[in-house]
Amino acid sequence: MTETTYREAIGRALREAMEADPAVILIGEEVGLYGGAYGVTRGLIDRFGPERVIDAPISEAAIVGAAVGAAMTGLRPVAELMYVDFIGMTMDQLANQAAKSRYMFGGQIGVPMVLRTQGGTGRSAAAQHSQSLEAWVMHVPGLRLVMPATVNDAYHLLRQALTQPDPVVFIEHKGLYTLKGDLDTERPDGAWGAPVTRRKGRDLVILGYSRMLHECLAAAERLAAAGVEAEVIDLRCLNPLDEAPLVEAVMRTGRAMVVTEAAVTGSVASEIAARLSEACFDWLEEPVLRLGAEDIPIPVAPALERGAIPTANLIRETALWLVTREAPPWAA
Amino acid sequence: MTVTVNTADVGRYRMMRRIRSFEERVGELFLKGESAGSMLHLSIGEEAVVGVTDAMAAGDSFTTHHRGHGVFLGRGADPARMMAEIAGKESGYCRGKGGSMHIADRALGHLGANAIVGGGIPHVVGAGISYRNSRSGQIAVAFFGDGAMSQGILYESMNMAALWHLPVLFCCVNNQYGMGTRVDRSAGARDFPARAAAFGLSAARADGADVEAVHAAARGLVEAARDGRPGFLEIDAYRFFGHARMDKSPYRTPEEEAEGRARDPLLTARHRLMAEGLASADLDRIDAEAGAEMDRALAHAVAAPPPPLAAMFTDVYAPGTPAPRPQAARLAAILGEGVRA
Repeated sequence: MTETTYREAIGRALREAMEADPAVILIGEEVGLYGGAYGVTRGLIDRFGPERVIDAPISEAAIVGAAVGAAMTGLRPVAELMYVDFIGMTMDQLANQAAKSRYMFGGQIGVPMVLRTQGGTGRSAAAQHSQSLEAWVMHVPGLRLVMPATVNDAYHLLRQALTQPDPVVFIEHKGLYTLKGDLDTERPDGAWGAPVTRRKGRDLVILGYSRMLHECLAAAERLAAAGVEAEVIDLRCLNPLDEAPLVEAVMRTGRAMVVTEAAVTGSVASEIAARLSEACFDWLEEPVLRLGAEDIPIPVAPALERGAIPTANLIRETALWLVTREAPPWAA
Repeated sequence: MTVTVNTADVGRYRMMRRIRSFEERVGELFLKGESAGSMLHLSIGEEAVVGVTDAMAAGDSFTTHHRGHGVFLGRGADPARMMAEIAGKESGYCRGKGGSMHIADRALGHLGANAIVGGGIPHVVGAGISYRNSRSGQIAVAFFGDGAMSQGILYESMNMAALWHLPVLFCCVNNQYGMGTRVDRSAGARDFPARAAAFGLSAARADGADVEAVHAAARGLVEAARDGRPGFLEIDAYRFFGHARMDKSPYRTPEEEAEGRARDPLLTARHRLMAEGLASADLDRIDAEAGAEMDRALAHAVAAPPPPLAAMFTDVYAPGTPAPRPQAARLAAILGEGVRA
């Protein structure tokens, strides 16, 4: 067990995977000489050379398309999309090619690639560099989707992604790269596809993922001070996702809230809330709540950006409202 | 009289005849109501792609556009399995899940036909990276139509191939039409090889009415690609029929069609072989054999069983990994007897 950062954990996972398997290559913008826009791939080109760490021109569609072709012919490429906001440039290659090849071709040709990217708010990067677009990915059959919140998960989910036979979209959070935490390379937080309970509680369940997990945990601390015990579950893997532990927890507490940093309409939180509402209807004391970003583009002004997304305080107040039915001061 | 017929030339004639006979049977399959849908894009008039497929080696891979039956046959496809796939049958190449526009075969290096214009082009870049890194000596060829000359992904891909010296060939089968739009209504400048040359590729154009001209051009480009000098070849052809089965081509004149159909690669090859001394009867026999073979393929496709309904849930993900949950199971878990408290 060593203390490291989220950034270093991802870099280490890539380095170790490349050492273990010569088929692993990296392809993306600035992944080589520059070392990655957020420094994740620093040093890898020196270690593995330009044939395995490929600095690509600014051609996101062909970067993902080349990764698809490389994966079809025996390599295990890790394509990097510098910001998830650029996913629109790649959507045909991702949703029509990578996701559907195995199926369309009757199981003959799989696409074992990983698309690494990062999203989220917190750096005043404005409307085209701050989004949380995981719902676009989750909607497409054929794509796996994971979003690590912790240092240990950043390492292990990436190593696990690099053993998967199908395309995995691995979305990091720009606000977590400097997060410090313990890394135990022998011990993952949970199995591939399994949510992880980060805090036990009896009064309600708060489900979050990526950076929002930390806001949920901070909210749970403050709720405990007010005598409300919130269970906090980290979804981690959005596809595959083992729903049984979520359903068990919601049936046990009767109250649930799903938190996302994405615009709430049509979000991952909407999907999870729908599944829990269907599965737990007779056990629910209250509707399953969704708490997400406002349905607006992300504004650049720091105060507006902060105001657009859930915070620990907003999660705490909303959870209290759900449990006590006493409205917070900001409720109209 | 001495017969000096080149057996490779005869082989290419035979393959082109097989392609045409196959495509004619695809039309019959549709008229019988036995095809899976009507999105059937015939490559009649474009059989000279055989000049390229014949220049490739075993182990080379390729992707095609939606009009790729001829290319796949040229690379050795079994017409019965192809026809079964086009009919959506379990004995088809993709077990009835892909159809005409998504046919593929790993064993023959077919990395997939594609129904997104330009969609398969970057895959040869990735295959090229694989072959370069492994020093395997293989090449990858992307086949696409003139429509893809208007897609950005082509230019991203050509740039990467040139930049990284990949063993890749881009092959544009210009049949003059992207659906109903003739190339002079879609291309600001019509010199396609010049576009490729501007990216640093070796580029050529060949007469699609002459398979030997296509083959001569392709041989050089294929060998250059194998040495890490990627290339581009335009085959100047004519789409004899409509875009798909339902299209009667109201956007073009009978005169234009007559002129285009006169540029028939089968007729050109036939005349050449006869000039070289092959008897008309010998060519007729080749034609008859191809027709009989494709009749058998058609009969197989019609008789073959469809895939079982449960097959729809397989191959979304790899075997042994979590599979999609059928909707009925989800609904039963919510509404089934004994579920609700």
